Amino acid sequence: MAQNMTADAAHAHDEHHESPVVFGFWLYLMTDCIIFGTLFAVFAVLRDQFAGGPTGHEVFELSGVGIETAILLFSSITYGFGMIAAHENKVSTMRTWLGVTFLLGLGFLFMEIREFSHMIAEGNGPDRSAFLSAFFTLVGTHGLHVTCGLLWMAVLLFQTAGKTELNERMIGKLTCLSLFWHFLDIVWICVFTFVYLMGVL
Amino acid sequence: MFGKLTLSAIPYDVPILVGTFIGAAIAGLAVVGLITYYGKWGYLWREWLTSVDHKRIGVMYIVVALVALFRGFADAIMMRSQLALAYAGNPGYLPPHHYDQIFSAHGTIMIFFMAMAFMQGLMNIVVPLQIGARDVAFPFVNTLSFWMTTISFLLVNISLFIGEFSQCGWLAYPPLSEQQFSPGVGVDYYIWAVQLSGVGTLLTGVNFFATIVKMRAPGMTYMRMPVFTWTIFCTTVLIMVAFPILTVAMGLLGLDRYLGMHFFTNDGGGNQMLYLSVIWGWGHPEVYILVLPAFGAFSEITQTFSRKPLFGYKTMVYATASIMVLSLVVWVHHFFTMGAGPNVNAFFGIMTMIIAVPTGVKIFNWLFTMYKGRIEFHATMYWVIGFMITFSIGGMTGVMLAIPASDFVLHNSLFVIAHFHNVIIGGVYFGYVAAMNFWFPKSFGFKLNEAWGKRAFWCWFIGFYVAFMPLYVVGFEGMTRRMNHYDNPEWHPWLLIAEAGAVLIACGIVCQLTQLYVSIRDRNLAENRDLTGDPWNARTLEWSTSSPPPFYNFAILPEVHELDAFAHDKEAGIDTRRAGGDYQPIHMPKNTACGFLIGAFSFVLGFGAIWYIWWLAAVGLIGVIATVIARSADNDVDYYVPVSEVARIEQEHTHNLMAAQAAE
Repeated sequence: MAQNMTADAAHAHDEHHESPVVFGFWLYLMTDCIIFGTLFAVFAVLRDQFAGGPTGHEVFELSGVGIETAILLFSSITYGFGMIAAHENKVSTMRTWLGVTFLLGLGFLFMEIREFSHMIAEGNGPDRSAFLSAFFTLVGTHGLHVTCGLLWMAVLLFQTAGKTELNERMIGKLTCLSLFWHFLDIVWICVFTFVYLMGVL
Repeated sequence: MFGKLTLSAIPYDVPILVGTFIGAAIAGLAVVGLITYYGKWGYLWREWLTSVDHKRIGVMYIVVALVALFRGFADAIMMRSQLALAYAGNPGYLPPHHYDQIFSAHGTIMIFFMAMAFMQGLMNIVVPLQIGARDVAFPFVNTLSFWMTTISFLLVNISLFIGEFSQCGWLAYPPLSEQQFSPGVGVDYYIWAVQLSGVGTLLTGVNFFATIVKMRAPGMTYMRMPVFTWTIFCTTVLIMVAFPILTVAMGLLGLDRYLGMHFFTNDGGGNQMLYLSVIWGWGHPEVYILVLPAFGAFSEITQTFSRKPLFGYKTMVYATASIMVLSLVVWVHHFFTMGAGPNVNAFFGIMTMIIAVPTGVKIFNWLFTMYKGRIEFHATMYWVIGFMITFSIGGMTGVMLAIPASDFVLHNSLFVIAHFHNVIIGGVYFGYVAAMNFWFPKSFGFKLNEAWGKRAFWCWFIGFYVAFMPLYVVGFEGMTRRMNHYDNPEWHPWLLIAEAGAVLIACGIVCQLTQLYVSIRDRNLAENRDLTGDPWNARTLEWSTSSPPPFYNFAILPEVHELDAFAHDKEAGIDTRRAGGDYQPIHMPKNTACGFLIGAFSFVLGFGAIWYIWWLAAVGLIGVIATVIARSADNDVDYYVPVSEVARIEQEHTHNLMAAQAAE
């Protein structure tokens, strides 16, 4: 009888009901956290190594960074709404919220790239001093993560297009991206505090 | 179009490399020819290269490790020969820039591709079986990890024939490794190889931690886990903590080189001490990542061949966990001379000495396990006893180095070289070889030849002492490491002795290869076959299934009532397999080429970036991303093994078991 059984039907009497995917992704996030922790430590060591170049006070524009921060924090909320819709199996609502999150993330990235290109155009690129190397690397690594998150979000939007309900695997993926996105928010709060605020004040 | 890559990058004017290339090409062609002749490409691709079966991935890891051992040892004996010759005016046969590449490659290969690959191979083969699971938590990630390690090793070997390898030692200290002083591609080869293999190792860490937490057989509480699983558990924690730091270290060095940043440069406010702190923040935990699994293997072997349970299981677990924690707070002892100040040095010196305490606990546990046991002097036991003696000596010289004052005298000398080979050969390597001898029948269904195993042991054991004890002496006499030639007549005899030791170790490797050959040749002799699945009368669950195990490991997941579940079942007369019981369809992952593809594209990415061939690097990167997305869209990743198939395989093993019992 079992030969004809489809994989989905047989899932019912499997020994391991709980998928380890979210747990595994959580573990990965902790290792990512150590990457950021190390980069913060490197920044702390090099933050005063201006090598005759500009200080944080001279290159940072807090108002722009404030808007960036607001956008990113708001995108976490919209993703949260998306997850609520996902758990209620409202696919199109979920996709709308994910779309909003995507646009907010894109806006954040756009502002960051604009900030970076301004600094580089003024000759304050990452090769100017150790301070700027550490700044660009730390903030850039966060930006790279946001880029990956956006790519991932686009893939999930594509994969859920035209679907009327979400299977367990898709919920798992959405949950992982949710963890990732909130994690990036937390990292950004640290960036905002330790890099920008403490660099200007 | 081809970046930095020109014809002059091919070292056809260096006879040693041309010879090596010809040798490697002949060997490679022979392998390819044999596979083609026997028509095994399809089999190799379907059953091995794309396999997600942890047992096969484990075997492939160990094959890579043995190739790396061969390459790494060739480097080692070249260095010893150079130092035996290059004395008083004689320049030897290796010019400095070549010699420097050899010692850099030796360290890099032995740590990242011999030891790490061997360790990951062992954990792949043993851990899921030992915890009574059918696979790892993420089988696809597992094959990906394997391929990342393998293609990185390939990158290192490609550097032999295209361009050059790093000349900056196995940890590539700046500022020497910066663009200013190392403008060639050598350091870039190093950075990309270490970075890509690091990704693989990190994923292994996540994978096996999740496996051990989530997939233990019913009833296996943490304090019923076998000791080897415990040591792997602690090792995966260390991997997850330490390898991201390595990623950052390599990343920052790469940014310095590629984008002209100033993390570790002499100018622009860079700080080389920062690199030391970061790289050793990974580097010290790394040695425990390597040695803890060896400790686990020694524990399993000692209890099995002493015919009694491990003495002090709980203290063994606590000692392992203490070492795990302490290994994260000792990294500064690698650079006491940097000038961090007496208080900092004193703290790290004391922490280092404290690590000797849990390690000592372990040594005593093994001794007390043997005490009043009925010890069977099997070849694996030789490695265990050799380890206990050798590792204790290495540990003691380690405590000497932990004293900052004496470290100031011995720093950067051959004493340090002697010390870490003392612990890595005596601890890690002996442990992995013992483990290979011990678990080999589980993987292949026949035992390794014992006589050749013992010969290999004696060559390695004696060879180790002859090769490295002289280095302690010349270290005390002030000989620094990484020296290409020297004039001091007092060192010369010692270095000749060390060369003799290297030759003895070479004999040991030949014995190991012979052991493999003889064992495979005689695999069908009755005394070598393992029909029962339990050739050593061992104690843990991996021995309760057949050898080699069916691809699903356990038809019915075992139930664990006590520590050493299988020993308990045997004493109580319980059939752990529950043969003929109520079989259910078994959920298994399908094989996939995605791991291989991501590895191949990563190789392209690395090679392109090393040579500044940016379009090629872009192809690699896009390939990696596209494969990941394709995999994510694939919903056809698993299947069910029907009951009839399970019953057929189990029936076969039951027949074998009865035949084996009848033969007794």
